[in-house]
Amino acid sequence: MILLIEDNEDHAEIVMRSFKAHQTAPPIHHVTDGETALDYLLRRGNYSDPDRSPRPSLILLDLRLPKVDGLEVLKEIKQTNELRGIPVVILTSSQAGNDVKMACDYHANSYVVKPLEFDKFTDLIRDLGSYWLGWNVNPSVQETSSS
Amino acid sequence: MKGKALTLLLVEDNEDHAEIVRRSFRSHQVANTVHFVTDGEIALDYLLRRAEYSDPKKSPRPDVILLDLRLPKVDGLDVLKEIKQNEELHRIPVVILTSSDEEHDVATAYDFHANSYVVKPLDFKKFTDLMRDLGFYWLGWNTKPFVQETID
Repeated sequence: MILLIEDNEDHAEIVMRSFKAHQTAPPIHHVTDGETALDYLLRRGNYSDPDRSPRPSLILLDLRLPKVDGLEVLKEIKQTNELRGIPVVILTSSQAGNDVKMACDYHANSYVVKPLEFDKFTDLIRDLGSYWLGWNVNPSVQETSSS
Repeated sequence: MKGKALTLLLVEDNEDHAEIVRRSFRSHQVANTVHFVTDGEIALDYLLRRAEYSDPKKSPRPDVILLDLRLPKVDGLDVLKEIKQNEELHRIPVVILTSSDEEHDVATAYDFHANSYVVKPLDFKKFTDLMRDLGFYWLGWNTKPFVQETID
């Protein structure tokens, strides 16, 4: 499944609809701020039950997020043993050179700027999905879960 | 994608695989230039601008690196490690493109901050499909940071 971390409801809608439009429609869990994203991934708060927070095989992460900023979320993911192997694709409106640099420095796997046109956006999601979920190989995760 | 001069560095010791990669990129018109090297040491010479590659004009910075793992002279994982520890190189996306699906290779590649890991398909048609998708994704959608090059 895919974890989508996106505070813009319209963009989130496009992403989810674009995935549904293509044959391989993976389950998508959508959160709207950085703190909830970390709760989900670190299995705290509402998400302490692992059954409620299955590990995603791909994370789509916006940068400008309420509560905890996207770059901070990225940093936390890539510094956490159980999470660092999950591909993180920054999906943002920002083309600021500094954002791209910092994302690379914090080991984002990829950085993609959201297209303005709807058709281009759906093409992007199609290509993004088939690349990361189709071709890319993720490492297996050693989970320490008491079940 | 259109109008940009895009460079890909392919590090691959298998000539047949290298030919498939080059032909695919030519036919899909994704990369303008594919630089091809056949071992880990030459790859590092190219990227670190040493030996025959000390002239930056002979070794333009690639927009993406496709890196095989089992390479002569310097192994792919060591090349990867060197790239990702280098101030001028570490932001270049590195896609591991290998026949190995060994868990240890996958885990180590990600530990050394490979951006992506892809296993070469055995089927020729699938291989060319992969090259098309890989090219469009990394050279089309992915944004690389602009690098200030000091060329004298």
